[in-house]
Amino acid sequence: MSPEAAAERPRRRADPQAWLRRALALPYGWLLLFLLGPFLIVLKISLADPIVAQPPYTPLFEVAEDGARRLAASLDNYRFVLSDRLYLYTYLNSLKLAAISTLLCLLVGYPMAYGIARAHPARRNLLLMLVVLPFWISFLLRVYAWMGLLGTNGTINELLLWAGVINAPLKLLYTDTAVFLGMVYSYLPFMILPLYANLERLDPDLLEAAADLGSRPRQVFRDVTLPLSFPGVVAGCLLVFIPAMGEFVIPTLLGGPESLMIGRVLFEEFFANRDWPVAGADAVLLLAILLVPIGLFQYFEARREDET
Amino acid sequence: MEERTPLASTPWLDPDARPFVRIEGLSKHFGDFKAVDAIDLDIYRAELFSILGASGSGKTTLLRMLAGLEAPTSGRIEIDGVDVTDAPPYERPLNIMFQSYALFPHMTVEQNVAYGLKKDRTPGPEIQRRVAEILDLVQLSSHARAKPSQISGGQSQRVALARALIKQPKVLLLDEPLAALDKKLREHTQFELVNIQDQLGVTFVVVTHDQEEAMTLSTRIAVMNEGRFTQIGTPNEIYEHPCNRFTADFVGKINLFEATVIGGGDAEVTLRCEALDCTITLPHAAPLAAGAAVSLAVRPEKIFLAKEPPRETDRTVLRGVVLDLGYFGGLSLYRIETGNGTVIEVSAQNRQRDARGPEWDDEVYLSWDASNTILLGE
Amino acid sequence: MKRHGTFVLSMMAFGFAFLYVPIALVVLYSFNGSSLSTVWGGFSLRWYGELFRNEEILRAVLLSLRIAALSASVATALGTLAGMAMARLPRFRGRTLFTAMILTPLVMPEVLTGLSLLLLFVSLHDLFGWPGARGGSTIAIAHITFSTAYVAVIVRSRLTGMDPSLEEAAMDLGARPLRVFLDITVPLIAPALLTGWLLAFTLSLDDLVIASFVSGPGSTTLPMLIFSKVRLGVTPEINALATVIIVIVATGIAIAARTMRRREARHAERPAPLGTGTG
Repeated sequence: MSPEAAAERPRRRADPQAWLRRALALPYGWLLLFLLGPFLIVLKISLADPIVAQPPYTPLFEVAEDGARRLAASLDNYRFVLSDRLYLYTYLNSLKLAAISTLLCLLVGYPMAYGIARAHPARRNLLLMLVVLPFWISFLLRVYAWMGLLGTNGTINELLLWAGVINAPLKLLYTDTAVFLGMVYSYLPFMILPLYANLERLDPDLLEAAADLGSRPRQVFRDVTLPLSFPGVVAGCLLVFIPAMGEFVIPTLLGGPESLMIGRVLFEEFFANRDWPVAGADAVLLLAILLVPIGLFQYFEARREDET
Repeated sequence: MEERTPLASTPWLDPDARPFVRIEGLSKHFGDFKAVDAIDLDIYRAELFSILGASGSGKTTLLRMLAGLEAPTSGRIEIDGVDVTDAPPYERPLNIMFQSYALFPHMTVEQNVAYGLKKDRTPGPEIQRRVAEILDLVQLSSHARAKPSQISGGQSQRVALARALIKQPKVLLLDEPLAALDKKLREHTQFELVNIQDQLGVTFVVVTHDQEEAMTLSTRIAVMNEGRFTQIGTPNEIYEHPCNRFTADFVGKINLFEATVIGGGDAEVTLRCEALDCTITLPHAAPLAAGAAVSLAVRPEKIFLAKEPPRETDRTVLRGVVLDLGYFGGLSLYRIETGNGTVIEVSAQNRQRDARGPEWDDEVYLSWDASNTILLGE
Repeated sequence: MKRHGTFVLSMMAFGFAFLYVPIALVVLYSFNGSSLSTVWGGFSLRWYGELFRNEEILRAVLLSLRIAALSASVATALGTLAGMAMARLPRFRGRTLFTAMILTPLVMPEVLTGLSLLLLFVSLHDLFGWPGARGGSTIAIAHITFSTAYVAVIVRSRLTGMDPSLEEAAMDLGARPLRVFLDITVPLIAPALLTGWLLAFTLSLDDLVIASFVSGPGSTTLPMLIFSKVRLGVTPEINALATVIIVIVATGIAIAARTMRRREARHAERPAPLGTGTG
C-alpha cells in the first residue's frame, strides 16, 4: 500500500499481503466518510448561528462561506450552553450519575468476575455465558423491565406492601436510584468481561508464590491480584463510564425530572426544540469531556494489543 | 546469616542420624489417579536432594505438597521434627522457587525480594540490610530498582532464588530451577546454585526432569515414576548401580538384554543371553532360581570398540557391523548390529584429532569387562 | 486457593439474580390476563394475540429485520478486512488513525454518533443531493459504521490467537494469497465471523438512539416503536414482544452452546499434548 513500507524492505519483492493492503481501502474509506467525517461536521455546525439554522437543513453551508460572521456567531452556542445554569447542572449531574454508576458496576462486577475466573474451568464458560446472555436481549426491553419492577404498582412495591414492610408505595421509579439500577443492570457485562479477561490470565504461580512467602489469602489478594488487575479495572470502568455519560434511554425511561443527563437534554434539544446548533454545541462539549477517557481507553487497548 | 550445620558426609548411611525432612506414606489421589502413591523419604540437613522423573511422574505434586500448595490425600510431612502436614503455605518454614520464577511483575527486584520479610513484619532497616546482602550474594545489586520485565532470564532466576532464600527457610524447594535457561547459562548457573547452597547450608530439594542437572547438583537423587520412587541413591549409585530396569533405562543411555538364569552358586550366577548369543557368569550375592528371567545392562561407554579382536580373554566379546554412527565432537556414538540382529549402542571418545574410527558397514569387535555388566531382577 | 469465599459466592448469586429476575418478571407478566400490567389477572395469551394482530408492530419488525440483515452482512465483510489488516499488517499508513476509528464506536455515546451522522447526511444532501430521503438506507449505513468496529475487534482477537505459520505454510505449498484467505483463513476464523455477524445483527435490532436521529418520516424501526409506547408506562403487549424476543435469543444461544460443547468434546477425545509442565 505505502511506498515507504516498500522502501523499507527493498529485498522483499512480492508482498503476500498486498491484496489486504488494497482491500483495506474499503473499510478505511467507509470509516473516514461515516465516522470521522460526521464529527468534523458536528464541530463545524456547533459553530453556526442558531438563527440561520431555523429551517434546519439548507443554510448550514451559507454560514460556512461567511467566515467572519461564523466566527462572531460561533461562540454564542457555547456561551449559551456554558452560561445556562440548567446546562451546567446537566453536565455535572451526568458526571455524577455516570461516575456513581461506574463505581457500583465495579463493586458488583469485580467479585463476579473474580468468582468466574476462579471457578472450575468446566463451569467458567457457562457462567460467562450467563453474564453475556442478557446483552443479546434488547437493551431497551431490559431497561423497560425495570419500569415494571419499580413502578408505584410495580413488583417491588406490591411485594413490600404485601409483606407489611411499608404502608404506602415507595417512589422508586423516576428517581436517581432507578437510573443507577438501570445503568448497573445494562452495563454490568461491560465491566465483568474485561475484568474476567484480566483475572483469568493471572498466573496462579504468582498467588502461590505470595502464599509461600507468608501472605494470607487476604494479603495475597491485596498485594498481587488487585494491583495486577488494575488494567482490567480501568478498561471496565471506561467501557461503562463513557457510554453512561451520554446515556439517553435510561434517564428518560427511569429517571425523574431532576435526573437530567446530557444525552437526554441533547435529544430533547434536537427533536423537541429543533435547535440543531445548540444540540451540536452540546455534542461537542460532551465529546470534549469524553476526550480524556476515550483517549485513555484507546491507549490501554493499544497497549493490550502490543502485549499479545 | 545464621550459622548452619554443614552436611555430614553421608548421613543416610548412619542409622542414628536424624532426618531433617521426613515424609511418611504420603499420597495424593486425583479421583482414581494416584499422582503420588504412598511415598516414604528422609532428607538430611544441608543435603541437595533431587527428585528426578519424567513429566507426569508425580514429582511436581510431591513438591507442591511439601510447599503446602496441595493437600495430601494421606500421609505426613515433618520438617525439623515439626509436623507440618496441615500447615498452610504461609506458615511453613520452607520456600519454593517456581519453575516460572513467579516474580511479581508490578514490583521491582528489590520489592520482590523484600516481600517475604515484609509479611513477617521484619523491621524496615533489617529488611533493607538483608535485601542488600542477598542481592549482593546473587550479584544483582545494580538491578535492584529494575522491574522483572527489564531483566534477563538468568537474572530473573537469581531474583527468584534470592526471594526464596531471604526468609532463611529450613528447606528450599526448587521446581525445575534451570529449565527456563539456555544451555550455556544452565551449566554456569548449575555451579552457582551449588556454591550458594554450600555457603548458606540450606537444605535444597530440587525437582527436575533433566538427569544431567540432577547428576551434577545432587548429593542424592530419587528417581520417580508413576507416583513412586524406583530408586534413591547418590548420583553414582543411580548411574552405575541401578537396581531396576526403569532406573537403568531412564538415567543415561543403556543397552538392555533379556537373559535366563541357567545355574550358579552362592556368590555368582550363570546366564544365557540369546540376544548376545553368549553365556555369562557374573558375581551375584543372592542365589537366583534356574530358569528365572533377568535383564543384562551395559552402558555404551563401558563397551570397547575395535577393528581387531581384543587380546584379553576374560571379557565379553561380540562381533558386529557398524549400522549407524553419529559424531558429537567429543565422542561418537555407534550403533552396531551383531550377527543375530541385536543392535548395541556404543560410545567412543575421540581422543585423537585425526584418528579415523570405524565407518559405516565396517566389521568391528565389541568387548567389555564382566564387572561392567549390570544384572537387573525385573 | 481454588475455594471461593462466602463473600464472592454471595456476590455472584446476587449478581446473577440481579441480571435475571427483571427478565423473568417480564416473561411472567406477559401471560397476565389483566390489562393493569402489575396486577395478576390469571394466565392468558391475550397479549400475544394482540401483538400478532398489531400491524404497526409487524411492519416495524420487518423493517428492523431487513436493516439488521443488510447491515450485519456488510459490516461483517468490512469488519473482517479491517480486523485482518490490524492483526496481519504490522504497519500501514494511517494505522494509528485506523485503530482509533475502530475503537471509538465501542464506547462512543449513541447520541453523539446519531447526531453527527444525521448532520453528515444533511450536509451530503445539500452538496450532492444524496441521500435523497432518510430512512432504511441511512439507518443501515449508520449501523454498518458502528458494527464494522465490533466485527473488526472480534476478528482481530481471533486472528492474533491464531498461528500465522498456518497461512505461511499454505503459501509455501503454492496457494496464492486470495486462495490462502479463502482456504485457510476464512475456515479458521469462521466462528468469529458468525459471532461478529450475530453481534452486528443484534446491535442493529437493538438500536434506538442512532436510528431515531438518522431515520426519516415513515421509517419506524422496532425499537423506535417500542420506545414511543413504553415512554408512557408499562405496556402488556410489549411484555409479550419481549418474551418472544427472549425465547428466540435463548433458543439461539442454547443451540450455539450445544454445538460448541459438542465440538469441545470432540477435541477432548484427542490425547492432550505432552509437556504440560506438571511432573
